[in-house]
Amino acid sequence: MTTVQTATGSAETMVLNMGPQHPSTHGVLRVLLELDGETVVTARPDIGYLHTGIEKTCEAKTYSQAITLTDRIDYLAPLSNNLAYCLAVEKLLGLEVPKRAQYVRVLLTELTRIGSHLVWLGTHAIDLGAMSMFLYCFREREEILKIFEFVSGQRMMTSYFRIGGLALEPPPGWLERVERFVEMFPARIQEYEDLLTQNRIWLGRTQGVGVLSAEDAIAWGVSGPSLRGSGVAYDLRKMFPYSSYDEFEFDICTQTAGDCYARYLVRVAEMRESLKIVRQAMAKIPPEGPIRSEAPGIVPPSREEMKTSIEGLIYHFKIFTEGFAPPPGEVQVAIESPRGELAVYVASDATAKPWRVKFRTPSFVNLQALPKLCEGRLIADVVACIGTIDIVLGEIDR
Amino acid sequence: MTESQDVENHAVVRKLREWDPQAVAETLLFRGELTIVVPRAHLRRAAEFLHGEPEMAFTYLCDVTGVDRFPAEPRFELNYHLVSMARRERLRLKVRAESANPVVETVSNVWPTANWHEREVFDLFGVRFEGHPDLRRILLPEDWEGHPLRKDFPVEGYR
Repeated sequence: MTTVQTATGSAETMVLNMGPQHPSTHGVLRVLLELDGETVVTARPDIGYLHTGIEKTCEAKTYSQAITLTDRIDYLAPLSNNLAYCLAVEKLLGLEVPKRAQYVRVLLTELTRIGSHLVWLGTHAIDLGAMSMFLYCFREREEILKIFEFVSGQRMMTSYFRIGGLALEPPPGWLERVERFVEMFPARIQEYEDLLTQNRIWLGRTQGVGVLSAEDAIAWGVSGPSLRGSGVAYDLRKMFPYSSYDEFEFDICTQTAGDCYARYLVRVAEMRESLKIVRQAMAKIPPEGPIRSEAPGIVPPSREEMKTSIEGLIYHFKIFTEGFAPPPGEVQVAIESPRGELAVYVASDATAKPWRVKFRTPSFVNLQALPKLCEGRLIADVVACIGTIDIVLGEIDR
Repeated sequence: MTESQDVENHAVVRKLREWDPQAVAETLLFRGELTIVVPRAHLRRAAEFLHGEPEMAFTYLCDVTGVDRFPAEPRFELNYHLVSMARRERLRLKVRAESANPVVETVSNVWPTANWHEREVFDLFGVRFEGHPDLRRILLPEDWEGHPLRKDFPVEGYR
């Protein structure tokens, strides 16, 4: 956090604080703008207002307890965070997850991606003056949250993925709900596109605004739709497949212009691709089968086993009182979250609590490119540029 | 073949040794992840080599992670997670720093994205980066005392 604010340029410029309380900064982001009239000379993002020390807290929890903290990092995509963390711990343990659980994970994280993109589209559009989009997007997102609630019991802080599989068997009838959403949603995407894609005001506010070249994007570590909007076909689901993504057919959506409009097109196309993956996952998920791997002492036994066998009871007690100790070592697992490359690093010292957990969050890195996007442009474009990189402050500050 | 022979035959390790035998202090392979420990003095040069050499092409820096190994010495570990998009490969470069004078050369002129990552490590671990253009705290207030991710910093903070 910066407390001093001085103009760095000539006496002609003024310094303006945008945020940390400002509706278009999507949370508690503060941008120090140095202005020459209405033109932005320099923009300096200032972060840390939401720092809660999640990584430090993880070191004081057992491996399983830390899952609940991961929900709170990127609160628009909690299941992606759950997945990245669980994959990292599973890799540390050398634990294989049953296919059925992997497909359910894929399905739910893709729904998460759609839900997150909907929030982005709604808020980005309202920033640029398209009020009605916000209402439509949140209407559809509500359906996704209802599915999450039905499956995991929680709308947002799901903690549904656990080390070794899922928290519980998905309830009967959940796939019918997903089916209803999948049937309804393509027409809704079309509706958004009808409203925005050829809209002259939308084009005026986004085309040629916030241009990021492919070289700059890679140099600044930008990932996710923001990178693909600059023409780099880098998607971790294809590049380094995890959780059986290599068994699914989908395309990496790219655009070459690198402006706000290109990133808009990429995200809208990605919602369609996610829908494709959801459909395939629905067909793949076997109606029955294990949802957790067999790993006594690491994965809790079923309720029935815990109630009827003495071993089950002992393991249950030990897991929830002491936890488990993975072998010493360090791993890093990267997944494609809705915002980009979400990498979780876990180091173990062979005790029940992680020695170090690091969340490499896409928003933190992508925000660093903000000055590149908006310097030399008008102050109104700053709003478009902040919106277009799709930041979540919980993820930036952790 | 054992895992240790495997790692010596790894293309990146071989190339790096060919380029400068001093640049590789130690190699580790765990769960299929390659880690190369680089002596602190060679970090910048090794980074430039891995970034610039077309056969390496580690153009993307994913992350810089600090780890405090307190009470062991050297106390601090820095992990640079590199990605080669062209060759679909990931690599972890590791550098160690003593607690007495934890200073490491910056790599922000090789990968500009390292700027904020290094600021974060400085903020939370107190490791300094020589040649960094703007080494300030990033997450915590400027008048904050201590570095919270150090192991001797209590979880609940100082009261």
